[in-house]
Amino acid sequence: MDNRHAGMNGGTPPSCVAAPVSDTEIAEICEKYGNDKHRMLDILREVQDRYRCIAPATMDKIAEKTDLTRIEVEGVASFYSFLSLTPKGRVTIRLCDDIVDRFAGLDAVAHVFEDVLGIGIGQTSPDGAFSLEYTPCIGMCDQAPAAMVNDIVLTRLTPESARSAAEALKAGQAPEKIVAERFQELTPYERVTRMVDNNIRHAGEILLGPVPEDAGLQNAVKMTPAAIFTQIEESGLRGCGGAGFTTGRKWRFAASERAEKHFIICNADEGEPGTFKDRVLLTERPHLLIEGMTIAARAVGAREGFLYLRGEYVYLREHLEQVLEDRRRRGLLGQHIMGVKGFNFDIRLQLGAGAYVCGEEGALISSCEGLPGEPKTRPPFPVNRGYLGYPTVVNNVETFCHAARILDRGAEWFHAQGTEGSHGTKLLSVCGDCLNPGIYELPYGHTVREVLAMVGGLEAAAVQVGGPSGTMIARDSFHRKLTFDDLATGGAFIVFGAERNILEIVEYYMSFFVHESCGYCTPCRVGNVFLQKAIQKFRSGHANPEDIEYLKELSGTIIETSRCGLGMTSPNPVLTTLRNFPLVYSAVIKPSKDGIRDTFDIQSAIDGARKIAKRRSYIFDKDFTQ
Amino acid sequence: MSELPKARIATASLAGCFGCHMAILDIDERLIELMKLVDVDRSPLTDKKQFTQRCDIGIIEGGCCNEENVHVLYDFRRNCDVLVALGQCAIMGGLPAMRNAIMHSDAPLRECLDEAYITGKYIRNTTHQVPNDPALPLLLDEVYPCSQVVEIDYQIPGCAPSGDIIFDTLAKLLTGRFRGFEREMIKFD
Repeated sequence: MDNRHAGMNGGTPPSCVAAPVSDTEIAEICEKYGNDKHRMLDILREVQDRYRCIAPATMDKIAEKTDLTRIEVEGVASFYSFLSLTPKGRVTIRLCDDIVDRFAGLDAVAHVFEDVLGIGIGQTSPDGAFSLEYTPCIGMCDQAPAAMVNDIVLTRLTPESARSAAEALKAGQAPEKIVAERFQELTPYERVTRMVDNNIRHAGEILLGPVPEDAGLQNAVKMTPAAIFTQIEESGLRGCGGAGFTTGRKWRFAASERAEKHFIICNADEGEPGTFKDRVLLTERPHLLIEGMTIAARAVGAREGFLYLRGEYVYLREHLEQVLEDRRRRGLLGQHIMGVKGFNFDIRLQLGAGAYVCGEEGALISSCEGLPGEPKTRPPFPVNRGYLGYPTVVNNVETFCHAARILDRGAEWFHAQGTEGSHGTKLLSVCGDCLNPGIYELPYGHTVREVLAMVGGLEAAAVQVGGPSGTMIARDSFHRKLTFDDLATGGAFIVFGAERNILEIVEYYMSFFVHESCGYCTPCRVGNVFLQKAIQKFRSGHANPEDIEYLKELSGTIIETSRCGLGMTSPNPVLTTLRNFPLVYSAVIKPSKDGIRDTFDIQSAIDGARKIAKRRSYIFDKDFTQ
Repeated sequence: MSELPKARIATASLAGCFGCHMAILDIDERLIELMKLVDVDRSPLTDKKQFTQRCDIGIIEGGCCNEENVHVLYDFRRNCDVLVALGQCAIMGGLPAMRNAIMHSDAPLRECLDEAYITGKYIRNTTHQVPNDPALPLLLDEVYPCSQVVEIDYQIPGCAPSGDIIFDTLAKLLTGRFRGFEREMIKFD
C-alpha cells in the first residue's frame, strides 16, 4: 500500500526514454479535442498513452493551447492515478490489490512479476520498458487475482501463468498477444470476452434474460415526456448505484429546470471494491444501456450525453465505441432518432483515469468537465445545475437498463417484482470465499442466507454487503433481506470465510479510503488516516479499552463533517464491524499497565539519536557503562 | 474552614517554553485561595526535583522531545492519581513538533540537527558541530504529545491557557466538580 504513489520514488526515475516530445505533436493532440479545456482528461490520457508521462514542458504547451494556466493542467494531471508526471514504462503492469485478490494469492503473483522483471512494486525499470504497481480493485473480483497490462486485462493469475506472461513481455511480446495470438483479428466483443469472463450465474427476467431490441425506445418515442416520467415513477425504480434515489423524480426534476441544454450522464465508474455488475452489463447489454439513456434524453429533452467509463475498464472502450457507432448508423443515435423529427441525441464515451471518488456524481461531473475529480458542494444538485451548470441526469448503468425495460414491459410488470419499496431485480456481484462467484440477477427481498446458499457460500463467517462503504454482517444477521430498507447494496456481495481476519479486512478497506480520498476536506483526508492507524493499533495488540470509544467518536466526526459521500461512508467498515463483530475487538484490547502506553517504544524512539550521538542512553540503557 | 487534608499537586515542564507555568502564575491573587487547598510537591515552582510522596494531581506542560521528558512523564504517571496535560505542546506536541514535518528524508533527525547547528543560514556556531555532551539527553525520533506516551486524564487547551481556565479547572478538579469546559473558555477566535 505504501507504494501506491511510488512511481515517483521507486529507485531513480529513468530519464524520459520516449523520443523528446515535440510541441507540434502536443498541439495536434490538443487540436484533435478542439483545444477544449473541458476535454482535458482526454488530452492528458492521450499524452500519457503516447509518451508514458506528462512532462513539465508538455503541460506548459497544453496550458497554452487550451487557454488555461499551467497549474490548472498540473492539477488535473496529478489528480488521477493513471496519469503520471514522471516517466512510466512502455508496458505498465497494474496488479489489482483488492482484499479479495490478496486472499486469492496476489502476493505470490506479485513476487513472480518482481522476480522476472527485476523491479519492485512501484518501480520502473531503468531501460523504461516496464513499470510495476498496485492498483485498487479493477472490478475482476470474481476472477482474482487480476492485473492490467497497459489496456489489456489478465485474470485468474497463478504464479505459473504470471511467470509465462512476464517472461513473454520481457521477451518483447505485445501485451495483447498474451490473451490471444490473433488478437487483432478478433472483433471488439470477442476481445473483451476473451480477456474477461462474464460469469453470469443467474439471469433474471429483467436484465440478463432475453431482451428484445429497442422495444422500450419504440414505445418512448410515441409517448409524451410526462407519460414517461409517470411510467418510471409508477414502476418504483430506484437508482442502482447505491444511494437509491427515485429515478422518475430525478428525471422530472431535471426536465422541469428551464435551461438552454440538458445532459444525460451514465455513471459507469464502478469503483466500489467487489462490484463488477456494470462490467457485465456493458459487455452483454450495451444496447439496452444506450437505449435507456436515449429514453432519458427523450424525456428530459437532452441532446448530449456522456458514458463515463472508469479508467480500469478501458478494455471495453472499443467494444462500446462500436456499439455507439452501430447505433448512429442505424439511426438510433444522432439526428432524428427513429425518424422522429427533432429527436436528436448523441453520446460521447468519456474515459476516467483511476479515481474512485469519480463515482460520486459531483466528482464525476467535475471529471467530465476536464477538472480534477473533486465533488461539488450540494445543493445545487446536478439535476438543477450539473455539467457546466446545466441540469444533468446522472444514473447508474443498471438504472438506465431497467428504465429501458420498464418502457418496454410497463410499470406494473416491474412493480410486481421485488418487495414493497424495493421493486424489480438487482444485479449482485458475488465474490470471495464461495464456490460460484459471479453475477446473480435476483428480485429484491432475498435474505443473505438464501443468496449464500445459491452461491455456495454457506460456510461464510461474514459478508460485506455493498462493498466497504456498505455493511459488514456476521452470521447472526444472515436472515436480513437485501432491500433498500434493510441491507442496501450497490451490488457488491463479498463473502468471507471463517479463516479470514476481520481486522485485516477493515484495515485494508481503510487504507483504500485513505488512498482514494480526494483530499479536499480535512475530516476525510486526515480522519481516515487516523482511523487506519487506530485499527493498526488493534491489530498489533496495543489497543486499550478506551480506543473503542475513540473509533466511534472519530468515525462520527468524519461522517458528520465530510463534504461528499466518500467521507460520509468511509468509517462504515469500522462502525459496522464494531457493531456486528464486537468480540473481534474486545478480544485484542487490554488496559495499559500503570497508565503507560504500549504503543510508545522508547527504544526505537531513541535509536536514531543513539547513532547520531554515538553513545548509549543514560536513562534507558541498562549497560550504559559498558 | 475545616481542617481537610490538603491535596498535593506536582508540575513539570517538558518540551515546552515554560509559558504554561507562567500562565499558572497568571491566576494572580487567587493563588492564595489555591494554596489553602493544596500543597505543591515536585515542581519547578518549588524547585523540588523528586516526589516526596504520592500526589493527587500532576500537571504537565510540553510534549516529549527527548528521553528525559519520557522519564519524567513516566515518573509523574506512576506518582500521580490524575494527570493533566496543560497547553497545546502537552496536548498536541505544539511548536516543537514542527520538526515532525521533516518527513521526506532518510534521516530526519540528522537533518534537523544539521539545520539547527551547522547549515542553517543564521547559525553562528564556531565549533561547526552538533552539541554532544554526555549529560545531554538523547532526542526522540519525533516529538510526541503526552497522550501517546502515557494515559492522560484531562487536557486544558490554550497556548498558553489563560489563568482563568487554569484556576477554574483546578478548583473544580480538587472539589470533584469538573464537568468539562464552558464553551466561552475554549473559544479562541
